[in-house]
Formats: sequence, structure tokens, C-alpha cells
Amino acid sequence: MTVIGKSVPRLEDRALLTGMGRFAGDRNFDGQLHMRVVRSTVAHGRIVSVDTGAAAAMPGVHAVWTGADVADIPPIDLRPGSALQDLEKCRQHILVQEIVRYVGDPVAAVFADDPHRAEDAAELVWAEIEELPPVVGLMDPPGEFAPGVSTEPAVFEKGYGDVDAAFAAAAHIVECELSVGRHAGVPLETRGALAIWNDAEARLEFHAAAKIPHTNRIALAALLGLELDQLHLFEGHVGGGFGVRGEIYPDEVLVNLAAMHFRRPVKWIEDRMEHLVAANHSREQTHRIRAAVDADGLVRAIDDEFWFNQGAYARTHGATVPTVSATMLPGPYKVPAYRAKGHIRLTNVTPAGTYRGPGRYETSFVREGLLDRIAAELGLDPLDVRRVNLVAPDEMPYERPFEVGGKPIQYDSGDYPKSLQRFLDHIGYDALRRDMAARREAGEMAGAAVICFLELGGDGPFDDVRVEMAADGAVEVVTGVASVGQGAETVIAQVCAETLGIDYAGITVTHGQTDRIERGQGARASRVTVMTGNATHKAALGVRAILLETAAGLLQTAAEELEISGGTIRVAAAPEGGPSVTVADAAAETLRASSGDRIAVEETFENDRATYSFGAQMAAVSVDPRTAGVTVERFAVAYDIGRAVNPMLVEGQLVGGAVQGIGGALLEEFLYDEAGQPLSVTFADYLMPTAMEVPDVECLVLEEAPSTTNPLGLKSGGDPGITGAGAAIAAAIGEAIGRPGSVARLPVSPMRLREILTGPA
Amino acid sequence: MKPAPFEYVIAESWDAAAALLAEHGDDAVILAGGQSLVPVMNFRLAQPAVLVDVNPVADGAYLRIDADRLRVGALTRHVRFEAPQVGGPLGALFPRVARHIAHLPIRMRGTFGGSLAHADPASEWCTLARTFDAVMVARSVRGDRRIDASDYFQAALVNDLADDEVLREIELPALGPDWACGFAEFNRRAGDFAIVQSVAAFELHDGRIVDARIGIGGAAEVPWRADTAEAVLAGAIPSASLFEEAGAAAAESVGELMTDRQASAEMRRDLVRVMVSRALEDALAAGVER
Amino acid sequence: MTRISLRVNSVDHDIEVEPRHSLADALRDRCGLTGTHLGCEHGVCGACTVLVGDEPVRACLMFAVQADGRAVRTVEGLDDDGAFNALQQAFHEQHALQCGYCTPGMLMLATWLVERGTPVSDDELREVMSSNLCRCTGYRNILRAVRSVLDGAGS
Repeated sequence: MTVIGKSVPRLEDRALLTGMGRFAGDRNFDGQLHMRVVRSTVAHGRIVSVDTGAAAAMPGVHAVWTGADVADIPPIDLRPGSALQDLEKCRQHILVQEIVRYVGDPVAAVFADDPHRAEDAAELVWAEIEELPPVVGLMDPPGEFAPGVSTEPAVFEKGYGDVDAAFAAAAHIVECELSVGRHAGVPLETRGALAIWNDAEARLEFHAAAKIPHTNRIALAALLGLELDQLHLFEGHVGGGFGVRGEIYPDEVLVNLAAMHFRRPVKWIEDRMEHLVAANHSREQTHRIRAAVDADGLVRAIDDEFWFNQGAYARTHGATVPTVSATMLPGPYKVPAYRAKGHIRLTNVTPAGTYRGPGRYETSFVREGLLDRIAAELGLDPLDVRRVNLVAPDEMPYERPFEVGGKPIQYDSGDYPKSLQRFLDHIGYDALRRDMAARREAGEMAGAAVICFLELGGDGPFDDVRVEMAADGAVEVVTGVASVGQGAETVIAQVCAETLGIDYAGITVTHGQTDRIERGQGARASRVTVMTGNATHKAALGVRAILLETAAGLLQTAAEELEISGGTIRVAAAPEGGPSVTVADAAAETLRASSGDRIAVEETFENDRATYSFGAQMAAVSVDPRTAGVTVERFAVAYDIGRAVNPMLVEGQLVGGAVQGIGGALLEEFLYDEAGQPLSVTFADYLMPTAMEVPDVECLVLEEAPSTTNPLGLKSGGDPGITGAGAAIAAAIGEAIGRPGSVARLPVSPMRLREILTGPA
Repeated sequence: MKPAPFEYVIAESWDAAAALLAEHGDDAVILAGGQSLVPVMNFRLAQPAVLVDVNPVADGAYLRIDADRLRVGALTRHVRFEAPQVGGPLGALFPRVARHIAHLPIRMRGTFGGSLAHADPASEWCTLARTFDAVMVARSVRGDRRIDASDYFQAALVNDLADDEVLREIELPALGPDWACGFAEFNRRAGDFAIVQSVAAFELHDGRIVDARIGIGGAAEVPWRADTAEAVLAGAIPSASLFEEAGAAAAESVGELMTDRQASAEMRRDLVRVMVSRALEDALAAGVER
Repeated sequence: MTRISLRVNSVDHDIEVEPRHSLADALRDRCGLTGTHLGCEHGVCGACTVLVGDEPVRACLMFAVQADGRAVRTVEGLDDDGAFNALQQAFHEQHALQCGYCTPGMLMLATWLVERGTPVSDDELREVMSSNLCRCTGYRNILRAVRSVLDGAGS
């Protein structure tokens, strides 16, 4: 019996399919106040005064806070290890103290007995703001954030090898400028927060936590001046994460502070317009990149300089996105010498954080775009250029000799060329290319392209799991992770069930409750299955050993002779119908003998290496030459996940990620006018794909190269669907219009594509 | 995104609605399907003191052929135009236009009259109304007032209705069997407001175009009638090159093209050319099928 | 405050609302039925889709007072004493949900389509379901799930 590797349906589904979910907005506490945040309507300015009188006088209004009321709360910290140079000097206060820096910057907070009345009152808060000139464009010259602090607070370099020598000796040098626009995760559920001061326990409780409850507990306690045991976080259902939800923003801190201060429950549900200006944006970067190349397309060196738009403030992710961008740009290719110089810039737009596949979506587009240019300029087949540069299987594990977090990057396993070939066979690449060529011959603009990418995840440093079994055999897995809708409970239950020889469907998986387990790393960076899966395996092995020892006594045999299957322990070598004991009976006997009420084994899985996996994507598109409209006809993803715990869920991640990535490639972008006014503040302006804009995404889940970083051989699977999607769409459009490598900016809106079509060849 | 408070009143007849408007003046707003108004209220961009719900008005939703006129009750939901309701070339055009309006649940609530009252520059029904010289019939306590489409659309989201008038019926010409009608639209996602759209129609006698109508939406602040392009068609035999010529004439004719982050004025001009020629192709194809 | 009566999933709810309360707000806050979710409150995402009478409605764009006396169906009314109906079962088996936030709206829209009882082409299925946004699934499995029920219902 085995359940790892089976596409079993999810444990999470029942509540979600019957309307019994417990999302942030679904929770209420008696006597709760509703918060409404008043936000700056100008991009840059100095607050002269904030008049709260009319708002405070409205019926139902309990209080109105301005910056002065929360002046003792420090600005929100960057996550440990994510700061760089002057970034820490550019943190955000929970309410503006003096200077507003983007449209959406929180200026005041209204607390009222009803959400409608809170909004009525918020309209009456009048902030007089003396406008200052904004910096809106990423490539505009930097200004001053504060005296002595530049709006380019950090410039860093990553690299290895002799780049200058490689360029001096290069047969060809290919260079280009490539940019990605401003996108965000935009989950269907907006953010929300609900905090209550629990008098009986003398503690603050923050409900509607997400993503990284344990990490946020530490950070929030520090901000609020609480001891750690005075604060607990509780995760309910989470309507999508994608990197953006579950970070500490001003709003969440305000809710907790108000619950402490007023000793009343305080609830806040973000509305959609707020979400689009207040929650983290991501992606926006511009690269000026050049490659030193041999005649056959082999890249000898890459030299890249790039600029990342951090928006108005440094937020919790610090320098994470630009750092990952710099280190992941070489991707699955050898690139013997490499230099990246990153500029982190602040502008008067919404601050940035991570979005699914951070640093990889962007640099996959940049790198693959560069390879398409190389192919075009050298007259080579674009796929041949990729093949000649891929890391070879005999080079595994492959070391990329720059350091991240004090360690060199090491690609753990994979046969990249073989995986690529399997994908090409799977999608019928040769026939597809012939078909597209024939259509172009007939006058159509149609094209298909395959690009390669590298994914990382399964990030440590540790995960704790406690597996508990009651006397009736019921199992609870207590973890420090979180669920953002990805299917974490099911996958963890599958690993536990596999190890214990029981049914996965009866296992309860607890996550995101800081009062149930001391430490936790949450659900970030595509890590849950790898880290929590292995910790679960380890703890379940401990429970298994205890059960087998008891059963060995009952069955008068040695524990090593026993096996568990289908919830029954029996002698492995004995015929059917031989002596056996159920898991539940063994548990009951164990607990009777020890006078305990639960068998509980807690284990830690530690890992200081990420998993690296190869993937490839194919897009087939047609372009209407007269409107510059793009139709995505086919889209396919291949990904080597090493070992799939639940292939159906892996496919779900690949398909969902791919569609988000197609959105970023063609539709989605946060735009601003010259004054820094946001132009994408509704779902009619921030265009996410509907079922009409995307085909049914095809998947090839490969299990070529199990990871060598963990006993179960697992690799990450949350992000790969999105990682190469921008690159694939851009490459396919380049093919379709007969100008490979011409797409220099995402998203490829009709207006931008029109410029390419009408511009010089 | 919760609306500001308002008083909610029901009108069960157009006269009752008109009386309420007379009483409340510009404090009152008519609620029909609500699919455009309510979002604007949720954004608090509209904060009417009184909302007059006309959904319960008796016999507010209909499509009637009355001599040579097609009368559309203002409360007729978009979805009703998706199934053949009336015969003739206009009846054949309706479904092809209607399915471009937003998404199905929106079409099941939103109304023909509501679209015209909202007067969005990219509204399919506004463009159609302008193309065929619709007459808007507005009721007030003073009685009915008939407003020609050429006078009705004044600016983006601005029409000729007075504060105390409610749009109750729209009259369209019941086109004869020799007319062929077509439609084309360009947008970035299915269901989005058009960046540019065109309604085109022509009357054929003995293989020649004897009369033509070309309307353009989304390009300018108000729906545009391209009479120079209509003149290009008059007397000519339909062909791809003729339609291209008409498209080019239409593109030249539009003054004051809108510009935004989706499409520059220059891009809109190109799109007018393409959409007009495609709407004409669509008309020709529809005509041949008939 | 206005007193209205909603018949939700065959249960009468006599509730007090302000005219400005949306049907979604009334269902969630007054009837305690939080399965209907708000995703955008401007009629684009469709997460709040419920059936009023027999028609799918964006519950963020209808005021509760407009539904006075009407029969409303929400996601809470789909299962039979805890047993999934055919659509719920298909969503479960086809992995047609991840975070589950859009799911109630998707289910109610699909309910309308299935109950309509007329043949639905793949193109029409895609067009109808494109009324609602999903950010997790990429739609493929949602379309497959609804298709499987349409095929079952048609046979």
C-alpha cells in the first residue's frame, strides 16, 4: 500500500465546497470595532494637518487615530537577513508621521461599530497635504528619501569568474534591455485582520493570520512591545497567498494595537481598491544585459545591470526579490562567468514585496529573451542555443560559485537535456513548429516557442512536526506551516499515512496555530512539502517505532518482523490471516501501559540547502496583425519535481501558476500617471485572465531526479508554473511576428506590440 | 467599498418614477439593472440621496414592432437580445452585439435603457442607438419628450436627460429585409469594455449599396456616426477593398479621439479603421446567410 | 432600517437591513451565511454569485431590499445533509478548487448552467464560466468538473 504518489482528493475541500470556510471576513467577535484606513490621495507630500473632528463626532465612531497617536510604534522591520545597506532606513510607519510617499499610504484609522459607518466617517477625515514632486519612473534619477538617505538605498553586486576576460575574447557580444512591469499576486480574498485581547489568558490573539504565523508573531510582539507569550496567532482559511498575503503591513499592526488599546475586538477587511494600492506590488525591474558568446551560441559570460522598483518604502521582504533575481538569472545554463549589479530604487508608488516565483519570473524572461536575441543575431535555432548551454547531467551536483546566505548555490540533481527532450516529445514540438511555419508561410502571424527555467524552493532551515496518536488510533499532525490553498493538509497527511500505514483521510493536520507548536517557518518560498513533509516523515517514523514495539509484545515477535498496512500491524513474512493487531489497538495498549493520553513524537527536520529543479514551458500564440491582439492557442509546462507526493495537486500548481504568468505576460500591470496617481485600482483596470483568455494548460510532471537534499527526495512545486510563463509568451510572440527576441517588455499589451509591429525591423 | 446611505423608494410605473424625480430633483437617481450604477456607488463616486428603483415598473421590458419602428422598453435586460426576439436584420444583429456586453450574470440584470442612461462611450447599445438614429423617449411630470440620438449623447457619461426625466423607451427603425447589419469590437479580455467597436449596416438593391450606417464606439467621448464613410459606400458594390476604404474614411472622420493607457489616440484611429471594415464584413456575411 | 424577508435555501429569514446593504452583506451579516464571498464589490470577480429566483446574480450589485420576498440560493444549500451534490463531488474529484474563495460563486454559476437543462457546447461553457475569476486553478479543472456534470446530467 502506498499513498505517496497518488492523486487522492483533498482533505481541505469539504468545508470549502459547502460554504463552511472560515475566512477572515467570516469571523466575528461580540462587541467588535471595525477599522477603516484613511489613505493618502497624493503620491508625495508633507502632512500639514489631519482634521479628525467631524469623523470622531459621527455616531458609532469610537476613535480616530492619526500618526501622532501611534508615534511610539517603530516602523515595520525587514525580515531578519533581508536588509541591505540603507534599506532599513526606508521602513514604513503604521500611520504616516510626516511625509506621505504613495497614493494609499495610511494617514489615519477610524474605529466604528459598523463597517459602513467606519467608511462614512473615514470620508470626513481631512488631511491637508503640501504636495512634493514625486519620483514615479524606475529609471528617473534618484532623489532623497530622507536627509542623507538616497532613494537608491542599496546597490549590490553578485558574480563569479572573469567576466571582463570573457568579453575581451568573445566571438560575439549580444546585448539588450529588457523590462518587466508591475504585477502582484492579487488573491481573490482581500487581506483582513481580527484581533482580540483575551483577558483570561492575558494575551492578544490575532486571528486571520496567514503564511508565516510564527515568524510574524515574533515581529508583531516586538512592534507592540509584548512578550512572546502575550501574543498568539491563529490561521483560518486563506483565500490565496502568492507571496502578498501574510506579510506584516501597517493595517495588521493597527488592528492588533487597537485591540490591545481599546480592550475590544477589532476587525478590518480590506476592500479591493485598497488592496490594489496598499498590498505589496512586485516584479518591476529593468535589465541592461549583455552576453559574450561563441559562434555556436555557447555563452561564455553574462554581464547584467538592473534596477528594481521597490516603491515607496522597504517592506518585510527587504532585498529578497532583487537578490534572488541576481542569483537565479543564469538559470539552468552553465554561464562560466557572471556579473550582476542590482540597484534598488524607491519611487512614489505602492511598495513592493514578493509575488509567486519572485526573481525567477522576471529573470527567466530576461535570460530567455537574451538567448532568443543570441539565436537571432547568430542565425541559430533557438532550441539549439538552449541545448548547448544547459548544465549537463554529469556536472551534477552543479555549483554556482557565488554565495547566498553564506553558502554557494548547488543544483542538487537533474538531467536537464533529457527532461527537455521528454517535454519536446510530449508536446509534439517538431510537428508544432512545422505547423506554425506553414501558417506563417500562408500569411498568418503564428508561432510557438519553448523556453527553459530553473526553480528553487524547499527552503530550510528547519521544520518541526509533532505526530500525535490517541487511544482510538486517531492521528493529528501538528505543524508550524500554513495553508494558502495549495493543499498542504492533504500532502502532509499523505506522507504521514504512508509512514504509518494508515488511511490519509482520517488524519488531522494542524497548521498556523502558534499556541500548538513552539516554532514554525510557515508557507513561503515553495517549501511546505519538502520541509514539513520530511519532518512529518521523521516524526511519524517515531510513532511507528513505538507502535511496532507494542505490537511486537502483543504478537510475541520482534518489531523488525512487523509491517503496517491498511491500519493493521502483522508479521511481514506471515501468510494472510496470520496474527495481527490493529494500529488503534496497539495505540490503546501503548497508552494503557504508559498511562498517557496520546502517543506524541516531535521531530525537527533541518536542511540548509534548497532544492533546484529544471522546467520548460511552451507557448503557441497567434497575433492579429491589425489589432496587435494576442491569442494563446496552447500552453504547456514540464517540471521535474523529483518525486510527486500528489501528482494531481502538482498539476494544479503548474496550471494555476501558468495562468497567472500568462496574465503577467499579456494583461496585468499596475500603471501610474506622471503625478503618481494609480491607474489600476479596480478589476476593470488590473486585468487578470478569465477562462476566455487562456487555453487548458497542458502538464508534464516529471520524476526524473529526486532531490538529494532530503530523505524523501522531494522538490518544490508551488512556483514553477509561473516561472517561465512570461518568457514563453514573449518568445512565442517573437516567433509569430517573425522578429525573435523583439519583445523587450512585459506585459505585451496591444499598444506595446503595435509599437514593435510598426517599428523598425 | 460600502455605499453612502440613501433612501430607497420603489416606482411601479413611469409616472410614479417621474413624480419621485420631480420631488427629489438631482438628489435622486434611477436604479435599473444596477450593473453600472451600483459599482459606482460602492466606490462612492455616486452618492445619491434617493434611489428610485424602477425594476417593479409594470410593462417596462419589451421589444415591439410598431409599424416601421422597433420599440424597446427601457427595462429590457441585455440577455433578452441574445435569443432571436424580433425578425429582420436588426433582430439578427442583436445577439451578435449583446454577447459582447460584460458577462452573462451582468447581462441577465443589466438593462438596455440603463446602458443608454449611463452613456458610457464604449457601450454597445449606445453605439447601436447612435448608428440607427434611435429616439430616446423620456418621461417626466411634463409628459414624454423625444430625444434624437444625435442630441442625446453629450459627453462621456453625460446625456441630455434632465434631472427629472426617466428614460422609458428607445425607438429604433425596423430595418427592411434588404438591410445587412454587422458588428465588430476589440478589447483585451472577453467581456471588457471595448477599446473600439463598430456597428455597420447597409441596404442592398440589385447588388449595390443604396444606404449605409456606420457607428463607432469607444473611440471618442460619445458614440460617433461616420457619415463620410457612409458616403463612400453609397452606390458601390460591396467588396473587401470598398470596406477598407470605408474604414479608412471612418478613421479620418473621428475627431477628438480618446487616449489612455490601453490605447493611444493613434492606435484608436487604426482600430476604428479595422473595426469598421470588420463590421462591414460581418454585415455582408450576415446578409448572405439570410 | 428596513425589515425584509428573504427565503434562503428554503428557510425564511426576516431581517433588518439598511437600504445600502448589499444582498451579499445581508446574507453574510444578517443571515449568518458566510459561504457567499466578496472578492471585489464592483461586479467583476463573481465570487458573490448567488441564485435569485432562478438567475445568477452578483450579490454585491443587488441591494438586499431589492430581494425582499425573493427566493435565494447560496452555496450552503447545495449539499444534502453533508453529502456532496454532483457539482460539489466533481469539483472535489477534479481538484477544481485550491484556496476555495471563488468556489461558492463558481458553484452557483455552474448550478444555473446545469439546471438550465439545455445542451452546452465547450465554447459556451468556457464563456459562461469566464464570468467569474479564479486566481488559483487556471480554470482548467473547473471547466472539466462542470463538463463532467453536464455530461452526466445529459445522459
